Order: sequence, then C-alpha cells, then structure tokens
Amino acid sequence: MQLTGADIVVRCLQDEGIDYIFGYPGGAALHIYDALYKQDKVKHILVRHEQGATHAADGYARATGKAGVVLVTSGPGVTNTITGIATAYMDSVPMVVLTAQVPSHLIGDDAFQEVDTVGITRPCVKHNFLVSDVNRLAETMKRAFYIAESGRPGPVVVDIPKDITAAMAEYHYPEVVDMRSYQPRTRGHAKQIKRGLELLTQAKKPIIYTGGGVVLGDAAEPLRKLTGKLDFPVTSTLMGLGAVPHDDPSFLGMLGMHGTYEANMAMHGCDVMFAIGARFDDRVTGELSKFAPGARIIQIDIDPSSIGKNVPVEVPIVGDCGQVLEQMLEHLDGYLEKIDRPAVDAWWEQVDRWRAVRSLDYKPQEDKIVPQLVVQRLMEITGGNAYVASDVGQHQMWAAQYYGFNRPRRWINSGGLGTMGFGLPAAMGIQLAFPEETVICITGDASIQMCLQELSTCLQYGLPVKVINLNNQYMGMVRQWQEFFYDRRYSHSYMDALPDFVKLTEAYGHVGMRVEDPAELDDTLEKAFALKDRLVFVDVITDPTVNVYPMIAAGKGHNEMELHPGQGEVQERELA
Amino acid sequence: MRRIISLLLENESGALSRVAGLFSARGYNIESLTVAPTEDPSLSRMTIVTRGTDNIIEQITKQLNKLVDVVKLIDLTEGQHIERELLLVKVVASGNDQREEVKRLVDIFRGRIIDVTDSTYTLEMTGNGDKVDAFIQALGQVDIIEVVRSGVSGIGRGKRALSV
Repeated sequence: MQLTGADIVVRCLQDEGIDYIFGYPGGAALHIYDALYKQDKVKHILVRHEQGATHAADGYARATGKAGVVLVTSGPGVTNTITGIATAYMDSVPMVVLTAQVPSHLIGDDAFQEVDTVGITRPCVKHNFLVSDVNRLAETMKRAFYIAESGRPGPVVVDIPKDITAAMAEYHYPEVVDMRSYQPRTRGHAKQIKRGLELLTQAKKPIIYTGGGVVLGDAAEPLRKLTGKLDFPVTSTLMGLGAVPHDDPSFLGMLGMHGTYEANMAMHGCDVMFAIGARFDDRVTGELSKFAPGARIIQIDIDPSSIGKNVPVEVPIVGDCGQVLEQMLEHLDGYLEKIDRPAVDAWWEQVDRWRAVRSLDYKPQEDKIVPQLVVQRLMEITGGNAYVASDVGQHQMWAAQYYGFNRPRRWINSGGLGTMGFGLPAAMGIQLAFPEETVICITGDASIQMCLQELSTCLQYGLPVKVINLNNQYMGMVRQWQEFFYDRRYSHSYMDALPDFVKLTEAYGHVGMRVEDPAELDDTLEKAFALKDRLVFVDVITDPTVNVYPMIAAGKGHNEMELHPGQGEVQERELA
Repeated sequence: MRRIISLLLENESGALSRVAGLFSARGYNIESLTVAPTEDPSLSRMTIVTRGTDNIIEQITKQLNKLVDVVKLIDLTEGQHIERELLLVKVVASGNDQREEVKRLVDIFRGRIIDVTDSTYTLEMTGNGDKVDAFIQALGQVDIIEVVRSGVSGIGRGKRALSV
C-alpha cells in the first residue's frame, strides 16, 4: 500500500510499539502532525519547550528501558533539543529524535527555520540520519530504533525533510536489521570470563564497583546472585544506584566525590577491583594518579572504548553486563573454594571499621530544616518505593545519599552531563510510563526554574508528580565550591528575586505548599502525598549553609576524604 | 608514535565528517587523511596518519570502530606495509641550467615532469612520506611555486588485506 512519508513515520512508530511520543509542532513537521491527528495508537504529549520533550522521553526511557521518542520541527525546534540529546548521550539512554527539516531543495539555502541538524547533533548522538529518499524512510526508522536500543544505548536522530513526508512510497517495516558496520557484541569471551573469575577469587581485599551499565543491561538479578555467593563488598556509582538494594549488607553505598567513607576507602585499599558497567569517570576516581594504587582490575563493559580508557585494566571483558554476569555465574561455583576466606573476613573487619565512621550522619536542627532530613523523610513516607527524578546540584547528591534505592531504574538523574532542568520533565515521562506509581522530582530553587514551563504540560495530561523543592536560595553546589575554594566569594550564586513558588504553582493550576518549620515537615509531606491525583509542589525552605559531605576535593585521592566537620573525631576514636 | 590506520566505511554522506569530528572532539591529531570509494561503490576506504602514545592509539581505534558507519579497521603500522603519497609540485624553471637541474633531480627521484611552460615545470612524484620530504628538500635551490601532497595511502604487504 502506498503511503505518504508522514503516514510512514507514524506507522513505523505504531509497528515499533511506541505508546507515547513527546513533541512540539512547527512548519516543517506539519505533515507528520497531520498524520498523528488521524490515528490514536501513538499518543503525543505536547510539551512547552523542546528541551522538555527530550528530558521527558529520556525519563521515560530510563524508567522503562525502551527508547523514548521525540518529534520536533526544524531549526529552533532542533537546537532546543540539543541539551536533552547530549544528556541522554552522556548517560547512554536509548532515544529516537525525529526532527523535521526544510524541503530537500532548500537544504543549504539558509531557508526559514533551517539548521544543519545532522551536523549540529553529530557530536552528541550515537548516530544520525538525513532521509533523502522516501523509499528508505521505514528502513531508516527501524535502524534508528535498533541502534538506539542495542549495544551501548544512546540517542539517534532522524532528520526528515518536509518533501519526504509528502512523497509516496510502499510501506514495509522491516522485522530485523542487519548492518555490516554495526554488530554489537553482547556475550563475553569465554576465556576472559575464566580469567576474570580466576583473578576475582584470588582477591584478599576485593571490591565490586558497579555502574550505570548494570541498570542499562538489566543485570541487577545476576549481580545479586553473584554478590550473594561471593560476599565481597559492593559499591555503586551515582548511575548504578538501586541495582544493589541499599540495605544489602554487602553494599557500602555510593562511591566517588560525595560517596561514603567506607566505599572510597575500600576502593583505595582493594587488591582486586571488579568494575561492572562503570566507566571510571573523573567524579568517581578522584585524582587518577592516586586511584586504587594496589588494584588489579577486571572490567565488564559493552563498549570496548570504555575499557582501559582512564585506568589500565588487567582483564577486560567486552559484553552486556547482564549476559556476562550470567556467564560468570555458570562457572562461579568451581571457583568459590579458591577464595581466601580468612583474608576476606579480615578485609571486611577493616571495611566495617570505616563504616563505623558513619560518614552520612548529619545533625537535624530545631529551627531550620536540613535538606538531608527531607530526603530521608521522603524515603520513609514512600516506603522507598517511589521513582525519584532529580535535577543537578546539592539536592541531587542528597537524594542519592539518603533515599535508599532498592530497585534499578528508580533513581533517574543526569549524571554525565549534569543538566539542570532535567528533573521535572523527566518525572513527567516516568509518570506517563507508570501512572499508578509515586513519582517524585527532587529539585532545587535554581534547577527547577530551568524547565518550569513543563508544569503546564503536567496539568494538561494530569500527571501527579510530587515536586520537592529544596529551596536554599542559592545554587547550592556552586555556593559550596565558592565557600571551600574561592574564599567565600559567592559570585552570582545567590538568587535574591525568587518567585513565590506556591503562587506560581497555583497559577499553573496545581497545588502549592510551603514549609519552613522542621516541626511541620512531616505533616506537609504527608498532605502532599495524600493528594494522589494532583501535582503538588512543596517549597521546602532549608538551611542555606548546609554543605554536601563527605567530599573528595579536586586533585585528591579516595583516601583523602573530608568528612562532616566534627566527624573526624569520631573517625579517630573508631579507628584507634 | 606515527601510525597509519586504514578503514573501510559506508560510503554515506556525512561519514567523513563523523571521522574528522571524532578526531577534533577528542583532541586526537591527524597528520593526513585520504578517502575515496573502493571497487564496491557502497564502501569508502580511508587512510589516516596520526601520532600518539599506545594508549591514545588504542582509544583512537576503539572510538573509530564505535562509529556506526565504520565497517572494518586495521592499524597498518602493526605489520609489514607499503605507504605511498602523491606529490605535485610547480617550480620556476627558466634558463637552461635551471631546467636541466630540475630534470636531473626528477630523474634521481624517479618522478616525472607532467606540464611545461617557458618558465615553469610541474612535477609528479610518488613515494612514502620520507621520500616526498627528501625530494622537496632536494628542490631547495629551486623556487617552488606550489606544493600539493595527497596525504598517505597504505596497504598491507603479502596476503594481509582489509576487505569485507
């Protein structure tokens, strides 16, 4: 059957099983929007800014594991998506971004609303296409989804000129994709797996260091089995939180710049490190020359270029984290008896002494709300079962530190790019995917203003996200660095003209609440969560002087953490 | 260390810019880059000359392999190989002595004179990068008007081949 290019785009989305797309119309996209209008299988979510569309699709993708889909018009429609595409790229999130383009004969002509979409997106996509023939449109769409979701996932842009959406072609959606130039390897090499097990079970002071790849590769189950049998300490990056339940006795919490004392000390002191889907990011390793000086490293990653990029690796294993761990489990029993249990027990004793420092302890105050308490109360009120999206800054770190995640895909934040404005639209995408679940957006007074307009989208589609605004009037993380490293010169990190967030929320048609008194915090939060069908924005006025601890300053190693002021004494007492 | 990396990539629009963009985005250095379609018009062959430590070269090859358009890749410098570069050079050639001197040099380097005017010669020469450098240096006393170098192309020796 002959269809127009626009109808082909929509049929492809239907045949791909896409339920929601996030977008914003415009001139070059009008044929596609007309095709969307004529059907109801693919539901279109009209955002208020294209950046919101990309973050919403991103949140949807992170929560479900399926590619998020975005549809925008040419020119400014495209440039507004760049931040969202780069955010997804840095965190390896599958996404397909359909961008309309000016008609083919006008490309290169500086036409109205023309940009070189393929050129401008190239450095921040896994791949992109400019469709030049309507007969290849369906095949290109299939390839886009395949590339986005397979291997190391990532965003793929399909740029479609307006004339292509009007042209006619026979529709056929390919079932499979075979590309000679793209064949990601998912199974680990048998010999490397045995070498990995060999080294791992020789460890006297082991550490398992897991990252976002464990979430992306749906490897939480095999990981749990593996750690259960090994009984080795486990730490996770910001991106991997939830893959190991926070209350698992072998879990040391997050590592890195604001990780726990025990996690970082164990990384520093280990003799064998098993990195699973983690890429040795600078926020994790601290100063590279001081990183884990005695460690022999085994690393699983689906992307060969992530292996040995920053740190030399003794046993590289290329493959999907879930598959490789399953392969390892098949052989693990034969190796278990090789483990030097007395040595590992002694290592655990050492780790437990580091744990006793209780590096995440904080002091609640009587007259001011401390932000850590808010996150802890959120966890208690939601039973630790909510989806938590965050923006970027201090609140993001507190959310990671104090909301104990017990399942993968529940903690959704921009770790790689660090995109302020991510939280609210991401929460929107998650809520659409899981309408019955509690979705929280933990944000700050600076971040929330970067994509605030999406409150309007939430009203249109009845998305009852709970926005928790940790309001300290500062860009808190910037302020913290200025306090520590710039002699308290708080250059442009203070906002002395914040809006009245309660009225603002009400103007958008939602429920706004404000709480300033610690005694009223619980009541307010409970009231907010009791309004199941409404978006509630809780403006929590917090102590502006609170800093994120513990911390590894720039240039320092894992063993040079700064603890909460006053905690050092505890440390000395415990370690004596 | 200097390395010659050869790759086969899909002959799609934008493939070249993906490779060039990768080098600039990650701060790798390109000494030369040549590209043209192969006997199979759907495939292009590219030769890149680059420099870097072993770690950087490893990252370059991994990052190139990661590009969706790249079908296959080898580091020619890991084995026996042949490299060639084409040089075109226009020089001032006026007066018998100068014209004779240029002709002698061209013979010594087994090049050819491919265009002549009453005051210029245009020369062609192929060889590896060192030979091309040496020839340009030998032309030292002659006034060079214009130098065009193709950049290096390379191929493995013996049965070693890069093909799909």
